[in-house]
Amino acid sequence: MDPVTQSPAVWVSHLRKRYRKRTAVDGVSFTVGRGEVVGLLGPNGAGKTSVIKMMLGLVRPDAGEVMLLGQPNTDPRSRQRVGYLPELFRYQPWLTADEVLALHVRLTGLKVSDRERRENLALVGLADRSRDRVGGFSKGMQQRLGLAVALVARPELVVLDEPTSALDPLGRADVRDLLLSLRQRGVAVLLNSHLIGEVERVCDRVVILDRGRVAAAGTLPELLGRRTLRLRLTEVTSSVLDRLQPTETDGDRYTVAMPDDVPALVADLVKLGVHVHAVEPARVSLEERLLDILRTHPGEQQ
Amino acid sequence: MNTVVTIAALTLQEASRRRVLRSLAVLTCVLLALSAWGFARLDAEFGGLTSGEAKIAGSTVLNLVMFGFSLIAALGTAFLAGPTLSGEVESGIALAMMTRPIRRSSVLAGKWLGLVAFGAGFVTAAGSAQFVIVRLTVGYWPPHPVTGLALLAGQTAALLTLGLLFSTVISPMASGIVAVGLFGATWIAGVVGSVGDALGNPSVAMVGTVSRMLLPTDGLWRGAMNSFQDPALLAQVGSGAEESPFLSMAPLTGAYLAWAAIWTALVLGLAALSFQRRDL
Repeated sequence: MDPVTQSPAVWVSHLRKRYRKRTAVDGVSFTVGRGEVVGLLGPNGAGKTSVIKMMLGLVRPDAGEVMLLGQPNTDPRSRQRVGYLPELFRYQPWLTADEVLALHVRLTGLKVSDRERRENLALVGLADRSRDRVGGFSKGMQQRLGLAVALVARPELVVLDEPTSALDPLGRADVRDLLLSLRQRGVAVLLNSHLIGEVERVCDRVVILDRGRVAAAGTLPELLGRRTLRLRLTEVTSSVLDRLQPTETDGDRYTVAMPDDVPALVADLVKLGVHVHAVEPARVSLEERLLDILRTHPGEQQ
Repeated sequence: MNTVVTIAALTLQEASRRRVLRSLAVLTCVLLALSAWGFARLDAEFGGLTSGEAKIAGSTVLNLVMFGFSLIAALGTAFLAGPTLSGEVESGIALAMMTRPIRRSSVLAGKWLGLVAFGAGFVTAAGSAQFVIVRLTVGYWPPHPVTGLALLAGQTAALLTLGLLFSTVISPMASGIVAVGLFGATWIAGVVGSVGDALGNPSVAMVGTVSRMLLPTDGLWRGAMNSFQDPALLAQVGSGAEESPFLSMAPLTGAYLAWAAIWTALVLGLAALSFQRRDL
């Protein structure tokens, strides 16, 4: 296979950026594989947008390297197959929606037919507004247009910075469907979003930034840890506790690491004379895990 | 090159869609009508002028009106240059565009080309219409109209290039104001310099020379005036004409034209460098 197509969609190594005395990004490294959907999470001011802007050549890093689709990002051609929806989305108000797309297609240097452009506008729900000037669009419609701009030049990597910030619940659901369809088509996506539920539902992996550093990174199962089992038990003796080895106890509620064989555990407990009232699988949500990571000092995390 | 042309066309499209063209056209028509009326009155009131006197009057008033047009072109494009670059950066329009596979220098060159085409187009259209009016009213036709218009276009290009450089580092409005302020200061320095010439005071005359080197707008304007006025005029009015801000004693030298071109290229290069380094 061609080494360029084998390379990850995004390869970021030790990015660093200072704005005057404040360090915004401090040695951030991560990758986004081809066709992978990666969520970038973190509190306000964690450096997410700065990382994205450095990746795309909008901001000059003080140190570090970035490769986009196998090419160094210092070469503008590395962005040929990259679509970007900025957090601050504004498009030429004196152009129509279709003209904005046509402009971006021309700047990309690719051939995209009129039909394909119209399909793109239809995909984001702007089919009947293609000939209207952008100046008359609401914020939500401008964000939808931004999505169409990001997708118009048949991208292999799409970078979306808060893509649903101006959208109503229906629009958010549309974006979720869009992200899932991109994943199905093998398009890599880097998604920066405050909506953790959105990230949990569509992302393969998550990178958590805090104070300019990677506080944690991994697949969702890796980050959220092993699933656990919650039990409500009475008549528990010390020999039962030895068998259970609970990670957490609260009255008659016990939490244990998910065993390989749940029925066997329950049978053992019954055999030991325990009254089993409830057994339910559980897992920490991404939100709980994120808060947990952010409350701990970032230096102690990996 | 494709990017440069695309951005240049976009800049012209912006000027037309944002009604800059229409407002400018209305303003120009008003100015042309007023000047036509003025020239007609000049001819009617001073019907007894000798042909030489008619040439002096025609030349001087033509230069005055052309100064008005050059002012509109230069100020207009300087004020367009600011918002088109730093305005797009501030509003966020630049973000999605600059992540396309294009170089920032190409975007800057495209904007510059579009603005130069806009300024040159305006100067040519308004100037040509003015020549026709002067011809019809007082029967005067400038000796080198094409050279004069080209120099005016050059003056516009020099000022808008400076406006572009400022707009890569300061806010849109500030860049327009600084460029226009410098333009005015250079013009006044030019007038002071010519007074120095007339009085035979070399140190005062030096003020004009130095300012014309630092910002070539006034020098190019004086070259344009020289192309518009009758060559026999200066001989007829004799000494004492030097201090008039609307008469020029000598055509531009090749060296000065070369300097003006190098100056513009240098400022454009600096603007490209500064834009390249700017965080968006």
